[in-house]
Amino acid sequence: MNMLDLIPWLAAVLLAVTSTGVLLSRDWRWNLVMMAGQYFSMFWLVMVHWPLTLSSTRLVTGWMAIAVLGATLTDMKEDIETETSWPGGRLFRAIAIWIVLITVTQATPVVSNWLSGAGQPVIWGGLALVGIGLLHLGITARPLRISLGLLTVISGFEILYASIENSILVAGLLSLITLGLALSGSYLLIQAGREITK
Amino acid sequence: MSAPLIWIGIPILSAIILFIIPRERWVSFIGALIFLGLAAAAFFLPTDTALRLLDYSLRIDSTVNLLGRQISLPPASQTILVLVFGLGAFWFFGTIATGFAHRLIPVGMVVMALFVASLAVQPFLYAALFIEIAVLIAIPALLMPGQRPGPGLTRFLIYQTLAMPFILFSGFLLSGIETSPGDVIYVTQAALMLGIGFAFLLAIFPLYTWIPMLAEETHPYVLGSLLVIFPVFSLLFGLNFLDRYSWLREAPQLPQVLRIVGLLMLVTSGVWATFQRHLGRMLAYATVTETGLALLALSLSDQAAGLQIFFYLLLPRAVVLGIWAMALSVFKEQAPSLKFVDLQGLARRFPLATAGVVITHLSVCGMPLLASFPIRQALWSKLAEESANAAFWLGLSSLGLWFGAFRTLAVLTMSPENTPWQSHETWEQRILLGLGILAIIVLGLFPQWAQPLLANLPFIFEHLGR
Repeated sequence: MNMLDLIPWLAAVLLAVTSTGVLLSRDWRWNLVMMAGQYFSMFWLVMVHWPLTLSSTRLVTGWMAIAVLGATLTDMKEDIETETSWPGGRLFRAIAIWIVLITVTQATPVVSNWLSGAGQPVIWGGLALVGIGLLHLGITARPLRISLGLLTVISGFEILYASIENSILVAGLLSLITLGLALSGSYLLIQAGREITK
Repeated sequence: MSAPLIWIGIPILSAIILFIIPRERWVSFIGALIFLGLAAAAFFLPTDTALRLLDYSLRIDSTVNLLGRQISLPPASQTILVLVFGLGAFWFFGTIATGFAHRLIPVGMVVMALFVASLAVQPFLYAALFIEIAVLIAIPALLMPGQRPGPGLTRFLIYQTLAMPFILFSGFLLSGIETSPGDVIYVTQAALMLGIGFAFLLAIFPLYTWIPMLAEETHPYVLGSLLVIFPVFSLLFGLNFLDRYSWLREAPQLPQVLRIVGLLMLVTSGVWATFQRHLGRMLAYATVTETGLALLALSLSDQAAGLQIFFYLLLPRAVVLGIWAMALSVFKEQAPSLKFVDLQGLARRFPLATAGVVITHLSVCGMPLLASFPIRQALWSKLAEESANAAFWLGLSSLGLWFGAFRTLAVLTMSPENTPWQSHETWEQRILLGLGILAIIVLGLFPQWAQPLLANLPFIFEHLGR
């Protein structure tokens, strides 16, 4: 294995680290920074199958989505989305992530049979994001967390799907969905904030 | 000029214009008239045919290319456009009585346009992406102003979003099966993935929990429109899979699976409806029942008859749920909530709204001479020919809905002896509710009147409809 082969693995590991950070951190600022890193790693993995110009749409849309959420949260009261019970539940979340990552590692060879040309790091990275995103959705009911969880799941799916589909229409529609998720998440956050500040 | 531009572009453009019109009533009228116009255009202007209008020649191309893919509305799909835009106009007119035009109509127009796009896009698999965008656009309409997002709304968002990846992946696996149909493991994996995707999308048991939850959180009229549009287009999307993949269409297990899932939805929603104390949740369970009936129709071994019944269920479903939601909106304006405790005795103050709720509810139960009866009866009889057990469970599920209807009637009429009968509904509400109730009775008495519109709908599917 030469150094170039290691680059996708590096991106996959970075994905796991950033998505873990999103789940463990309770400060929304750190969450968004981690999400930005997640989209960068995703862009890296998508570039294995898509040309640079097309894969950069993933990065740009992802960062735009984060900007939308960030702009909404900046205007809101400090305590709305910054959870204060830290470090309660940190150990539980860490163990859950560990279980998810082990499961993903086990599942990667199986999924490789379906997506034979995708490559192990792409499959591992995509599945890790889907798994951690689902975990995120399973343990929270807060609008910001739900948005981040959905964005994570969809990012994982996009990484996997990029290996089998390179249509420009699909890339465009998936970008719209990413932005739509951020906008609807932002709308839910604003509504939740209004209710709290009433 | 192209068909997608007319039936997808115009609704989106109109939505933007209507969004900035300040008066609710204008939005209701203009929105409904635009959709009526689009329904009429779909009826009178066939695509891919040269038409002569005075001195001008007009030809509407059925296809446009968008980013390398085709969006196509061939002449066969125009019947469904007539139905979709006609029903959209009916729902938009209803906002004259219920209010909420600004919230519902622009969003509804874009959602409808996206659903039409989902029918038109080639390959059809990409419809999952359009449906997901429609879900995201519907979110602002479902959240009442100043209200905190509840668990129903967030579950709706999560479940519908999770459907998309499963369906897109199953599409990839299904295309692989075409080359090696004998690979049982591959077939099982693809079928499982497709099943999970559609379980999320169609809110199949037990994933329909968000429907009753959302019924408590949002305005009944907005919810009603959502629960008519989304499942219908999702089912049409599912039918596209059956039409496209012959191994799936001919799989011996398919009718069995559809029947079991359909009956589970019917029986569970019937049981929950029996014990409901919230009229919004009752409406929610009625919509679950309708989806169960559609699946049951598709499970019939005579696929042509099943498809015919499936399409005949659409019109009563849209009309009945529309009037039901409209009547509930009248109560919602007057009472703190739609819980039984807050609605006791309202029949004497809102007799037409009460009649609307009770008659529509009875229609969903399959009450003779009401809109849903003829087609429900046909389905029941076809089902009984194939399986007495299935027919028994269908009857049992109806029983739950009947209980719910009688409890609703009892609660609404439970007022002190000397309370005078007075109609407090507005004129618009009286007219629209009255016409709606009349339509339900007419559809029940003369179901054949809807036949010219509905009989050709199965032909939009190349293989299933033949």
